[in-house]
Amino acid sequence: MTSLDIAFLATGAITVAAALLAVTTRHLVHSALWLVLALGGLAGCYLVLGAELVALVQVLVYVGAVVVLVIFAMMLTRAPIGPSPDHSTSRLHRLLAAVLGAGVTALLLAVLLPLGGEVVARTPVSTTGIAEDIFGTWVWPFEALSLLLLIALIGAFAVSRLTRPAGEVRR
Amino acid sequence: MIHPALPYAVAAALIGIGTYGILARRNAVLVLIGVELVLGGAGLLLVTAGALGGDRWSSGNVLTLFVITIAAAEVVLALAVIVAVFRARGHIDITAPADPGANGGGS
Repeated sequence: MTSLDIAFLATGAITVAAALLAVTTRHLVHSALWLVLALGGLAGCYLVLGAELVALVQVLVYVGAVVVLVIFAMMLTRAPIGPSPDHSTSRLHRLLAAVLGAGVTALLLAVLLPLGGEVVARTPVSTTGIAEDIFGTWVWPFEALSLLLLIALIGAFAVSRLTRPAGEVRR
Repeated sequence: MIHPALPYAVAAALIGIGTYGILARRNAVLVLIGVELVLGGAGLLLVTAGALGGDRWSSGNVLTLFVITIAAAEVVLALAVIVAVFRARGHIDITAPADPGANGGGS
């Protein structure tokens, strides 16, 4: 056990526990708040792995924007306050889902764990290096991504405008 | 110095938990939370691969940034669709049978 291992164990345990609570809690809003903790813990994992820029972007975009959007959607869809068993499927369905989720985890572990046996020194990646690579090697994917964001913006606007069927009178 | 097995295990657990969340939830917003967890696991796997060396063009970090951006775009569109479905049907229960009267014939 190295010190980085211990740090990663702490952040990873927080992440996995919060993720488990996010998918099993009966409170709709608590689920979004546990998601905040899971994504924040993930940012901590990135920090331990030496990817500071990715950790900061994770906090900015996920915790700052995505979770706010999710909570906003819960408000717009009149999320009930308080526990409700209606957010999850029936017991048999959940059991099947748990078996499938455990199967996915087992499959990934079977592939990945044999690759991670010995201790490795982490390679430091400087923010300057990432910036040079984004605007050098990855500049065209980067531009395509900005186009994707624009299309998503317009698409969301179009979807929210076109909810009424054609025959019905718009309010 | 770090054991790569730990990040791999956390990423696999996140992806499994996200799969459970996608399959076991009825509320469409909660399904979306499962999707976010799967994407987070994928990002962790990318960052781990980048942190363990042998990485030209720092692709592990750059691709994680791209995945985060694409996830943000995906969430915007998915939530727009969810709000539109709520306005059309009055609920966002994805296990409810499609009502044939809604939106010109439904399924």
